[in-house]
Amino acid sequence: MGFEDIIPLLNSSVRFAVPLLLACIAGLYSERSGIVDIGLEGKMLGAAFAAAAVAALTGNVWYGMLAAIFVSCCMSMIHAIASINLRGNQVISGVALNFLALGGTVFIGHSIFKRGGTTPNLPKDVRIGPIELPFAAEIGQVPFVGPIYEQLISGHSIIVYFAFAAVPITAWVLMKTRLGLRLRAVGENPKALDTAGISVFKLRYQALIITGILCGVAGAYLSTSQGANFSENMTAGRGFIALAALIFAKWKPWNALWTCLLFGVLSAAQIRLQGVEFPLIGEVPVQFIQALPYVLTVVLLAGFIGRAIPPKAVGQPYVKER
Amino acid sequence: MVENQTQTAQQPSQAAESISAIDLKGVSKSFGPVQANKDINLTVKRNSIHGIVGENGAGKSTLMSILYGFYTADAGEIFVHGAKVKIKDSSHALDLGIGMVHQHFMLVENFTVLENVILGAEGDHLLASSKAAAREELTRLANDYGLDVDPDAIIEDLSVGQEQRVEILKALYRGADVLILDEPTGVLTPTEADQLFRILEQLRDEGKTIILITHKLREIMAITDTVSVMRRGTMVGTVATKDTSPDQLAEMMVGRRVLLQVEKTESKPGDKVLEVENLSVTDDIGVPRVKNVSLDVRAGEIVGIAGVAGNGQSQLLEAISGMFPPLLGEVRINGKKIEFSGAGVADEVRRMGLAHVPEDRHKMGLVTTFEEWENSMLGYEDDPKFGDGPILSVSNARADAQKRIEMFDIRPQNPRLKTANFSGGNQQKIVLAREMDRDLDILIVGQPTRGVDIGAIEFIHKQIIELRDQGKAVLLVSVELDEVRALSDRVLVMFDGEIVTELPPTASEKEFGLAMAGLDPAQQ
Repeated sequence: MGFEDIIPLLNSSVRFAVPLLLACIAGLYSERSGIVDIGLEGKMLGAAFAAAAVAALTGNVWYGMLAAIFVSCCMSMIHAIASINLRGNQVISGVALNFLALGGTVFIGHSIFKRGGTTPNLPKDVRIGPIELPFAAEIGQVPFVGPIYEQLISGHSIIVYFAFAAVPITAWVLMKTRLGLRLRAVGENPKALDTAGISVFKLRYQALIITGILCGVAGAYLSTSQGANFSENMTAGRGFIALAALIFAKWKPWNALWTCLLFGVLSAAQIRLQGVEFPLIGEVPVQFIQALPYVLTVVLLAGFIGRAIPPKAVGQPYVKER
Repeated sequence: MVENQTQTAQQPSQAAESISAIDLKGVSKSFGPVQANKDINLTVKRNSIHGIVGENGAGKSTLMSILYGFYTADAGEIFVHGAKVKIKDSSHALDLGIGMVHQHFMLVENFTVLENVILGAEGDHLLASSKAAAREELTRLANDYGLDVDPDAIIEDLSVGQEQRVEILKALYRGADVLILDEPTGVLTPTEADQLFRILEQLRDEGKTIILITHKLREIMAITDTVSVMRRGTMVGTVATKDTSPDQLAEMMVGRRVLLQVEKTESKPGDKVLEVENLSVTDDIGVPRVKNVSLDVRAGEIVGIAGVAGNGQSQLLEAISGMFPPLLGEVRINGKKIEFSGAGVADEVRRMGLAHVPEDRHKMGLVTTFEEWENSMLGYEDDPKFGDGPILSVSNARADAQKRIEMFDIRPQNPRLKTANFSGGNQQKIVLAREMDRDLDILIVGQPTRGVDIGAIEFIHKQIIELRDQGKAVLLVSVELDEVRALSDRVLVMFDGEIVTELPPTASEKEFGLAMAGLDPAQQ
């Protein structure tokens, strides 16, 4: 594999990594505030559908994006009510949302579009298209660095840049702002905040709104930027991989970036490796290669990253009285 | 932040001496059927250290939580510096200049001191400026009150005493001029407690008002100016500390005369009930904890084990009670050897006549989310009196629990109440009742009165002595030297996993002190 092969591989890695990264950062806000979010998958799926459906109906992809964020936030608020106000089991609430999204999108999709749950293909101008960065063509002529800029860095949709920008922004918010300090505190010891006169409920709601927005963007990316329509269960477990990546990243934004990129590379490599003859082994079954990223997740999680200590109060509903 | 400080600075100068810092009038609060505070009146003078004593569950913490805005009172009026206020929440209380240091620290463990101090009082959306301001303020507070803590240290790495300082700093940073401390010395070593008292005195001298909640009379006598006594949700009275005595306070707390001294007769030791021979215990990670310990306990005597916490007492108890297998050595009950191999050793040991009140009632003695009657039979579910075969007779179990509640004066007298809702003393009585109300030959009891109030301590001590007088053997382990000396007939001193010496309980405190530090008093 030469240099020319690596850039397209990395390019598709980035595209695979983006929805993971958005969902992972979304989960980071939620879990840092002390709320387990198994429902990342469902929120992304709901958002993907909303984006594709609204874009198809209105002919404007930005309406689709808004719809995606709205749907995802609504789902996030259901999770918030169940786990913050009603002190329910956060895992169960998340699982319920996943099922709701899985069935709900197909059901509503079929009743509107009569295509068995998929939405119509969006024409190119009703999708979030790639952006050419300035001087891409010119710099592309420069050897080595040029192609990296032209083909790898330039030419992605705005969402990709947004996702990568979300990492330093999140790191900055967490460490340098009041909101970040409180978010970190509420996930560790909510009582410390409550006795300092800060509302635990309000903070956790804020965190879940941010989670909702990011999941919404991730969903919209899948159906209106990476793809051109919605199809049943199109998230295909990305929400869960994002959750694994979050643990893997020890709930830290920069780690989340590297982890999601690693998963992206694995996913991209997986497609490349299908049908390739290996020395000695011969052709490896497609299913095995497809399973590779997941196997690696398990192996790495089990043995290589050491203990990942979650925020101390994660999963525990906050009860004021003893 | 800046406004708060100017406020605080002005208040003492404006203060007419007659206006008190805090005035509570007719405050009541109930949690469901439990009335925690009944028509409480309290006046706290400015520039004073005001103690509030009462047994566990007397309503002290609830009252202070109302003042701090953590709970809202059902009825009553609150005046702060003479002005009537309705405290909505903790941030409102903080605005009024009321700060609280909770019994269980409200700190974020993986944050730095600085982050904990500014949490909730950041002032600005960005942290940089507030951090700088807080750093400056911490230096000032450290100079003024001797509250030295490294602002960049992580809380986890601090000692308990330092963590408490951070809590005090948090309150002062928010401009508190009334500082409430809830059982502040429960977790401190005596030296740390002394340091705390010096700080509190200094704060008072600088114009702050301190409210100290405790159930330790010694502290009240040592440091407070005025003391209010609470009992079962009511305010019994307020007296000047210099006009009162521990005995009088204890009587006010409990509502009757309390014996602060234990009365017991000479022991009449009988046959050896428990024999421990050359016992060695190594913990999970291979560290030797008990080294070649031999001891025996006879019927009708109490043998105490004294020592500073962490010198192998816990492991010794766990080994004897069959919870953790020893590496070497032998334990015999009534001459019968305990087989440490296989499962169910603890159960087997119980069948041999040993009852065990574990050191930590929350970790080992009770399931706090269970109802009282469930805990009352925990570990003895196989007893035929609780039903036949696999079917549990709930009514029998509850009746049995009710009987024990009366025998051991457990309050509230409700076997259906969740165990977590009982006070520490009553929880301990639940464990004691379960272990003592049966046919036993030897009682092994660890820290019988840790976190237990005076009235209950007296009761528990009496029960243990009564058991001895019935001719049972008792092995007592406690880190409270006073307790070991008061109860035991013989005292073994444990240091670094070994029994270093045996002393009579009448030996001097100095002799015990030397032995507990691993020095042989005979050689000194």
